[in-house]
Amino acid sequence: MSAIATEAALAGPVSPGRAGLIRQAITERKAAALGLGIIVFFVILALASPLIAPYSTTARSCAVFAPPSGNHWLGCDDGGIDVLSEIISGGRISLIIGFAATLIAMLIGGGVGIAAGYFGRWIDISLMRITDYLLVIPDLAFAMVIADVWGPSLSHVILVIAVLEWAATARIIRAQVMSIKQRVYIKRARSIGASHARIIGRHILPQVGPLLMANTVLTIAVAIYLETALAFLGLEDPSTTTWGTILEHAFDRAAVSAGAWWAIVPDGLVITLLIMGCFLLGQAIEDALNPRLRVAHLSSRRWALRPLAGRGPDAI
Amino acid sequence: MTVSSLLEVRDLHVWFSMPGGGELHAVQGVGFELGAGERFGLVGESGCGKTTTILAMMGLLPPNALVAGEVRFDGTDILAGGEDTVRPHRWTDLAMVFQGAMNALNPVRTVAAQIAEPMLLHKDTSASAARKRAGELLEMVGIPAASGARYPHEFSGGMRQRAAIAMALACEPKVLLADEPTTALDVMVQAQILELLVSLSDELGLALVLVTHDLPVVAQICHRAGVMYAGEVVETGTTDALFHATRHPYTRLLFAATPDLYGDEDVVSIPGTPPRLDEPIAGCPFRPRCDVVIDQCEHQRPVLLPVGGSAGHAVACHRAGGAA
Amino acid sequence: MTPDDVLLEVADLRTRYPVRRSIADRLARRPQRWVRAVDGVSFSLRRGEMVALVGESGCGKTTAAQTILRMVEPAGGTVRVDGRDITALSQRRLRPLRRGIQMVYQDPYESLDPRFRVRQTVAEPLLVHGIGASRAEREKLVAEALERAGLAPARLYLDRYPHELSGGQRQRVAIAAALALDPMLLLADEPVSMLDVSVRAGVLALLDGLRKDGKLGVLMITHDLSTAAHFADRIAVMYLGRIVEYGPARSVIADPRHPYTKALLSVVPDRDPRKRRKPQILSGETPNPVAIPAGCRFRPRCPIAVDRCAGEDPALASAAPGGHEVACLLA
Repeated sequence: MSAIATEAALAGPVSPGRAGLIRQAITERKAAALGLGIIVFFVILALASPLIAPYSTTARSCAVFAPPSGNHWLGCDDGGIDVLSEIISGGRISLIIGFAATLIAMLIGGGVGIAAGYFGRWIDISLMRITDYLLVIPDLAFAMVIADVWGPSLSHVILVIAVLEWAATARIIRAQVMSIKQRVYIKRARSIGASHARIIGRHILPQVGPLLMANTVLTIAVAIYLETALAFLGLEDPSTTTWGTILEHAFDRAAVSAGAWWAIVPDGLVITLLIMGCFLLGQAIEDALNPRLRVAHLSSRRWALRPLAGRGPDAI
Repeated sequence: MTVSSLLEVRDLHVWFSMPGGGELHAVQGVGFELGAGERFGLVGESGCGKTTTILAMMGLLPPNALVAGEVRFDGTDILAGGEDTVRPHRWTDLAMVFQGAMNALNPVRTVAAQIAEPMLLHKDTSASAARKRAGELLEMVGIPAASGARYPHEFSGGMRQRAAIAMALACEPKVLLADEPTTALDVMVQAQILELLVSLSDELGLALVLVTHDLPVVAQICHRAGVMYAGEVVETGTTDALFHATRHPYTRLLFAATPDLYGDEDVVSIPGTPPRLDEPIAGCPFRPRCDVVIDQCEHQRPVLLPVGGSAGHAVACHRAGGAA
Repeated sequence: MTPDDVLLEVADLRTRYPVRRSIADRLARRPQRWVRAVDGVSFSLRRGEMVALVGESGCGKTTAAQTILRMVEPAGGTVRVDGRDITALSQRRLRPLRRGIQMVYQDPYESLDPRFRVRQTVAEPLLVHGIGASRAEREKLVAEALERAGLAPARLYLDRYPHELSGGQRQRVAIAAALALDPMLLLADEPVSMLDVSVRAGVLALLDGLRKDGKLGVLMITHDLSTAAHFADRIAVMYLGRIVEYGPARSVIADPRHPYTKALLSVVPDRDPRKRRKPQILSGETPNPVAIPAGCRFRPRCPIAVDRCAGEDPALASAAPGGHEVACLLA
């Protein structure tokens, strides 16, 4: 067996394990790093909000619609409450809603997608029928109806968003699982006698993990957007401060006609910024997962001649 | 050796720059020539550079490739000016059947329409003339012209491979480069396709370069062949000389690794793996797997030198005189 | 040959897939049509024996293997492994028996989970079947399996990912994973067709050695007659879902009796350019197994068919000593 022993002289040390495409995607792309930075920034801000917020969000600290000043960087709203403090504190609730709704949506969507894709047949047909119904219902209209019927509360908003958002993820995961299921190593695991739970847990889940991750980040963006929209339409508990209720409040109290742009614009900007951050990161992970986006022939560059001047035959 | 070869490849090199820095020297000085109606086999295992060689001849390498050397068609070096000088010859003088081409047909267009397409792009041809020509080409590869109106999925694997060959012949090339044209096919269909390639080269005077890993296929249909290893041709000559007067140990072992239907001798495997091409190779690239190494093999890289016996037989081995 | 020797006995095995009916078919109430992928296959395999199932793509050889494994459900016939009929067992009761029947797949680039290290791939069957009480014991079994598959010393390979290995090494890992369970029957589906020529012989010699030094029986599915001729004890030539010729490898290769076998042998190219066989090229390709011709299934492409062949479907019958059987009225 010396023949094979020489073959064993494998080049290089054992690779340090697959840290995963996701980390690679983030380190290799500036946009991804920027997106991640934005998300991390807002998460820290939300966590530390009680410590950072300069003023109370319930008690007056300045004049009605006081413009930005040295003491109040972003001015004050109609109730004389510091806008900067509101944004910092409101982010906390907005992020909780976004993250919680997304977590639920991913659990349902991932589970349904894997079950439908893996087991196929009637399980697939029935689960996908439900998914299809959810996909064709207009999000906002449905959310409005539900929020209105259930009454405004934080947990209702989370549930409504989760129920709306899992279907798209389920579709994507199902498609991926169906293709993975055809791989020979899945067949091999089956022929060994591995149980369904083992095949899903050990072989399929790790393969759809990165895709699920990309979807999670993208869904957070959508969830925060939906939260803002619902709050703006007055379907959220008005006593809680979220980025959505800040906007709604400002419009309600005629901030626009009062010329108090500071009550609206900064809030709109942070919402936009966070959603953008999520999209940048989510897209980068999706791109990294799709090797077809890297193909060379899409480039207009061509192969080139190597000038051999100055290169002796030894150089070759 | 023909006095005026139709196609002559000289000292062809291809490097690929790697994403993480560094270069991969995929083709390391390949040379061969062939005349009209001649069939030349380029044999080797995966990664030996045989496909890269013909892609370089066609100027179809990806943007991270650097090429050096000469590809002379009818005496002129078509590689001299890079893409600009290759383009006029591509498809009209040199054409290629890609590996897996039979599975790359557009499923929503008829076969005849797909064959006519390159003619409309490369020649001043009317649509009706191109369609007529597509029918002729199909007849040429053994498919009734009327079948051209059908879609690829209605064709069997063998018929799709025929259609892929017809497509390559659209602009009446003088040289056909075929990359593993029978690999995915069954033996019976393989025999049909090989018979077609032989008759095309005999009847049209088409020069054929057959790239394959399958030695018996080359032995049966090619006049001459080059055995490639680690980016270079290590032995070349008539197929008869390669089998009956083998000089390079790799060629000998490759034959020994190929089971013969009626032979009784043991089939052997060649130990080890080919060298990495992203690192410089010291000495003979085959040395670590060779069974007749001498000291010289370690330090000096052998070059392809003619050996006696038959015309055009050349070997890159220090022991070419006595070995094998 | 005592009955005890027989490890695998396949009798009249049939597998069929429904042809998808279009709406028009349903409206016109056309009957459901079936792809008869395996259409009455019978053969047996003894301990320590290698049988090659040879044929062109679409002849049903891979489906036959999948049916023997019960990865595909049979429509009829029986499969006995070690004397036990496994065709009627439920998948749950079959699971412990899977230990004894292992499969090696064609493409080692596809058959190993790219995220699993060699250690995990080889240990997986042990975990599935609850073999090896401790991690250390499993580790020992994994190392043994790797070394049996020719990957020695095992420690060099244990922590590798498939993409770090050559094709030949990957196929050896797949074989090691199969050997870890110490099976009695190994089904190898084109085990070397995706590998480089220079390493094929090594993998084949490995399979050959495994069955020669033990009780392991190997069923090799291949399209390559030369490989079958060199390594198998017996060859079964399949055409359109049925075995048309079956017998000792030497006898089948040197003295083929079925016109299909003769034609197949004639188109195998020879390494020696001076030996140009007269290829007897059959026209067309294997017909669609939805519409298997009446009478002898090979008749439409047969060079020697006579009228009688249209009316009678020949069964395998003894043609030469040594158990050489052929399904041809004219042989």
